[in-house]
Amino acid sequence: MPTLATVVTPAIPLWVSLIQDIAYLVAAILFIFGIKQLSSPRTARRGNMTAGVGMLLAIIATLYIQNAMSVVWIISAMIIGSAIGAVLAIRIQMTAMPQLVALFNGFGGLASVLVVGSEYLRRSHDTSLPITFDQGLTMGLSVLIGCVTFTGSMVAYGKLQGVIAGRPRQWRGQLIGNALMFGISFAASIWIGWDNTVGWTLLVIAALSSVLGVTLTIAIGGADMPVMVALLNSYSGMAACATGFILDPPNKALIVSGALVGASGIILTSIMCKAMNRSLANVLFGGVGTDDSTGSGSTEHESRPVRSVDAEELAMMLDGVRKVIIVPGYGMAVAQAQHAVRDLFHILEKAGTEVYFGIHPVAGRMPGHMNVLLAEVDIPYDRLLDLEQCNPEFETAEIAMVLGANDVVNPAARHDKSSPIYGMPILNVDKAQTVIVCKRSLAAGYAGVENELFVAPNTLMFFGDAKKSMSDLCKALTEQ
Amino acid sequence: MIAGLNAISMVLAQDSVQSSRAPLLIAVVFILVLASLYGFEIITKVPATLHTPLMSGSNAISGITIIGALICIIHMEPGSPFITILGFLAIVFAMINVVGGFLVTDRMLQMFKRK
Repeated sequence: MPTLATVVTPAIPLWVSLIQDIAYLVAAILFIFGIKQLSSPRTARRGNMTAGVGMLLAIIATLYIQNAMSVVWIISAMIIGSAIGAVLAIRIQMTAMPQLVALFNGFGGLASVLVVGSEYLRRSHDTSLPITFDQGLTMGLSVLIGCVTFTGSMVAYGKLQGVIAGRPRQWRGQLIGNALMFGISFAASIWIGWDNTVGWTLLVIAALSSVLGVTLTIAIGGADMPVMVALLNSYSGMAACATGFILDPPNKALIVSGALVGASGIILTSIMCKAMNRSLANVLFGGVGTDDSTGSGSTEHESRPVRSVDAEELAMMLDGVRKVIIVPGYGMAVAQAQHAVRDLFHILEKAGTEVYFGIHPVAGRMPGHMNVLLAEVDIPYDRLLDLEQCNPEFETAEIAMVLGANDVVNPAARHDKSSPIYGMPILNVDKAQTVIVCKRSLAAGYAGVENELFVAPNTLMFFGDAKKSMSDLCKALTEQ
Repeated sequence: MIAGLNAISMVLAQDSVQSSRAPLLIAVVFILVLASLYGFEIITKVPATLHTPLMSGSNAISGITIIGALICIIHMEPGSPFITILGFLAIVFAMINVVGGFLVTDRMLQMFKRK
């Protein structure tokens, strides 16, 4: 009866594991440099490649030792996975990016769960490698986080793709149910640490946390999706990190990289929450958020004096204007209006108008959503202004054009204490001389709040689908 | 709380008798904590414009779990079909995550241009 779980698995010579560890260290350094380079648009592409090289290095170092039997499986699995990943990545439309990020994220979580399953089976058959307390515990945690990541990401995918309704679903006892599922899974993880002979404990954790992932994400409204996507991203890192602990010896590559991703996701989540002036708990359990900007519930307010404008009138207004700021929102993404916006951008620039884009951090369905769409159509990134850069500019802008955004420009957030979005930092479009709101209808935004901007004295409504409106406007501008 | 910590440290101590795992574990936890702190540090500097590529790029990095999948399948004893299938699927999904993640990030970043 062997009692020593040696640090190095006997089959691997010491020098090989040493070389592997060095390779993992280099890979981790490359990941860190890669992420660092991602912080500037100029070096970002190189940064992504740097991280990719790190991954390649880690994979090669791991593959250095294999037995002939597994090699066929490994190669075929890697080819299949790479092919699917490459096809998805190359064929995806930029407007569908949030879904794809959610999908990849979910697969990462699922992979971690599968690793735990296979490692558990292997170790429980092999008496020379007993599962220690910490390994049992992290196996449970890895399955817990991995399953939440997987099913949560799938629900997010469904919502973003429009397969599942975007509005938040909540029911009585949801919070208690979630807490129970988490509590039981967590307790079961500790129990595996004590006694790992009962295999179905892992299955119980997998089942409960899979349900938990669904109930957590289905409660999130469309407009809160950026927070959820960032959070799920963080979870996938944590799952990889926990998986690093279950291996023997603990795998430093998984632990370091997982921790980096986990930390980055948390930071991004908190940036998103700050941009909405809400706590994470409020986003997760507060449940505001119908699917805005899709123009489904068109509640007209005949009694209010809404002034509207058509493409020809608007073209005339834009004639000879010095500065225009466009504020895009999810409506632009839904209508795929970014190409028409590019045409407008070029026509106006040619006429000597300065055009800027004001991007709210939570505009769209994932962090940075609008930036990607505008980059797709070659809008130079120095024309994209964030909240702090943009707000002083409105004072000197003749025209602010809101394109499929709603709550992020609602002035009620500044002064109406009873408003659900009170305190949320907004883009102060109402400070511009004239505000053009391009929108399908007067429907309220995600918080169900009516937008007083629409009836403000300096606002003109430009009704219609974002793409069609923009093309009409371009046509009118070139004809005049 | 202290009792709980005591219990955990006792369990770890028991383990360490068997496998001298405690020092190793502590070293690894050090790595974990430092990596997390550094992660917080480098991400705070990323501008909002790059949030999506950052997310999909770091998502690709979380596909590092591929290493775990490879290790599992490499160390597997012959003749265990169920483990093989799980390991096989783990590699497939992790590879989708890695290859897809890096490629799509590159596609996005190609588009970010200054005038």
